[in-house]
Amino acid sequence: MEGHSTYQPQGKVARWFESRLPIMGLLHSSAVAYPTPKNLNYLWTFGAILTFMLGCQIVSGIVLAMHYTAYAPVSFARVEHIMRDVSYGWLIRYIHANGASMFFIAVYIHMFRGMYYGSYKAPREVLWILGVIIYLLMMATAFMGYVLPWGQMSFWGATVITNLFSAIPGIGETIVQWLWGGYSVGDPTLNRFFSLHYLLPFMIAGVVVLHIWALHHVGQNNPDGLDVKSVAKDTVPFTPYATIKDIFAMVVFLLFFSWFIFYIPNYLGHSDNYIPANPLATPAHIVPEWYFLPFYAILRSIPDKLGGVLAMFGAIAVLAFLPWLDTSKVRSARYRPLFRQFFWIFAVVSVGLGYLGSQPAEGGYVIASRILTAYYFIHFLVILPLLGLFERPKPLPASIADAVLARGAKGATAPHAKA
Amino acid sequence: MINRSILFGALASALLLAAPVKAAEGGDRPHRESWSFAGPFGTYDQGQLQRGFKVFREVCASCHSANFLYFRNLAQEGGPGFSEAQAKAVASEYQITDGPNDQGEMFQRPGRLSDHWPAPFPNEQAARVANGGAYPPDFSVLAKARSYHIGFPGFITDAFIQYQEHGVDYIHALLTGYVEPPAGTTVQPGLHYNKYFPGHQIAMPKPLSDGQVEYTDGTPQTEDQYSRDVSAFMMWMAEPHLDARKRMGFQVFIFLILLSGLLYFTKKKVWKNVSH
Repeated sequence: MEGHSTYQPQGKVARWFESRLPIMGLLHSSAVAYPTPKNLNYLWTFGAILTFMLGCQIVSGIVLAMHYTAYAPVSFARVEHIMRDVSYGWLIRYIHANGASMFFIAVYIHMFRGMYYGSYKAPREVLWILGVIIYLLMMATAFMGYVLPWGQMSFWGATVITNLFSAIPGIGETIVQWLWGGYSVGDPTLNRFFSLHYLLPFMIAGVVVLHIWALHHVGQNNPDGLDVKSVAKDTVPFTPYATIKDIFAMVVFLLFFSWFIFYIPNYLGHSDNYIPANPLATPAHIVPEWYFLPFYAILRSIPDKLGGVLAMFGAIAVLAFLPWLDTSKVRSARYRPLFRQFFWIFAVVSVGLGYLGSQPAEGGYVIASRILTAYYFIHFLVILPLLGLFERPKPLPASIADAVLARGAKGATAPHAKA
Repeated sequence: MINRSILFGALASALLLAAPVKAAEGGDRPHRESWSFAGPFGTYDQGQLQRGFKVFREVCASCHSANFLYFRNLAQEGGPGFSEAQAKAVASEYQITDGPNDQGEMFQRPGRLSDHWPAPFPNEQAARVANGGAYPPDFSVLAKARSYHIGFPGFITDAFIQYQEHGVDYIHALLTGYVEPPAGTTVQPGLHYNKYFPGHQIAMPKPLSDGQVEYTDGTPQTEDQYSRDVSAFMMWMAEPHLDARKRMGFQVFIFLILLSGLLYFTKKKVWKNVSH
């Protein structure tokens, strides 16, 4: 699927260099000539948005690290030093703190897009699994980053999450002490989390390279879920078509991001994290960051500690098996009427789990969490495998070009189909 | 078809989310006051910050520290608008322990702009002993460290109306929330009944009453006014660059809206001859 590189080095130096390291040709074939399906909609711009967000987090994070100190007695004050005394420190920290949330908003849209259009199906299984690995690394990075300001939620969130590992029979306690570097969350924990928080984004960047490599090898999926039959008829070159669309979408996303940075910078945070960490005072409700809430709800819905931990990690692990759990040969939900309904139910259930994760684990909330947790797993383990066997998909167009033509013909009646 | 799916999804989520909503814990919900610094064009009111500073200094600071507040901050842009000379004068009224000097001894000297606000107690234990076992929290970021339960759907609409004043609304409500306990409520010795405090029993005695602090600008000297002014001052202490942030936000929005418009038309032009 890689576009055959049409790159012709201009000039003597470029030719000399290209014959020794063909990096310009690589860039040209993957970012200029790369054929991209012409029917992609704006949901396909989130890959570029995510790449931008990773860069944004790394750059703002490196600047923050220049002013931050990972030492329990001073870390809270150091963050306030950034907010008050460092030139535009407030800007950089609000970019970084809200950037984490934007990163997750974008990744959730990206993942749900992949689920809706069946982007995980052959030949994109490895591409999808690499994505799941990136998601896991993102969660680890975000969790450890939230600990660094050393506020109350930092401390108690770290305590709750690291304690999960104590559920492992036999060696759980040992693992937790090893994670902590002591007998409770403390300065050694903070230091190693800082170190890992700095390391993991570069690991993410590495897996992102693999993710993009796999993508460019198998080619992009598209809203019709069809394979590219003819590069000339079904695709357009990445530049200028995808580039300009991605840049436009990115700037619109930046508008959304800026709303948070400049006007509601603390909306997504918890007020308790402006109270310095205090091991002797437990907050009334320990709540993780919003992007963990669905998994937190799953964790708390199981009455058994080990069971809860297994369910929580299972809820993430099941994503990696999605390419084989979905038995349908048809990729896009556009041609799968039943799957489309179940997809939206699943989306609502995921949001519902998120809401329940933010509520105290009592009464009706627990019952609702259990029902939704059960449904979450039923969706993957029962509904998806069976749907592929019983569902009668709509007839597929012969090619992407045909699908585009067909939609163009009835464009006036179905304006939403136009990207 | 898509429309129907979305409608169905929205309906299902509304039912799902609406069902478990219950009343906020702890009874009374603070009233949302109107603050000069709220909204996209909000800025601090210098007069209010100066009055709030006076209340803070004469009342609150006798028990509460403000370790991240430096005297220099009083003269900084976007703050209460004191001149550098005024800030220096305020600083010099306080004795700061410095040292060690050449003789290896600690000594007292008048405060400078680079000193932080002197704490009323040397340590937490001393503060607790003087306050019946309770530790008066540091004021520096307190206005961002307090909130109240909002629940669905308020927590969603708040993102659109840019509501970020939970902390000050709570503090204002708390300061004016000392009422007679309802019949049948026993207040523990050393504690005081407050409508807005979680659990209603607070160690801090009613701190403000009418006429307690003298205002020279003709502003009414009432408990309610003191409470508003000191809450606004605390918001500034917690978020000293708010003015600059909102100003820059507006510039960024103008820029990004123009840029996205240009990009949109560029994109349209590029894709003009491709059916997609």
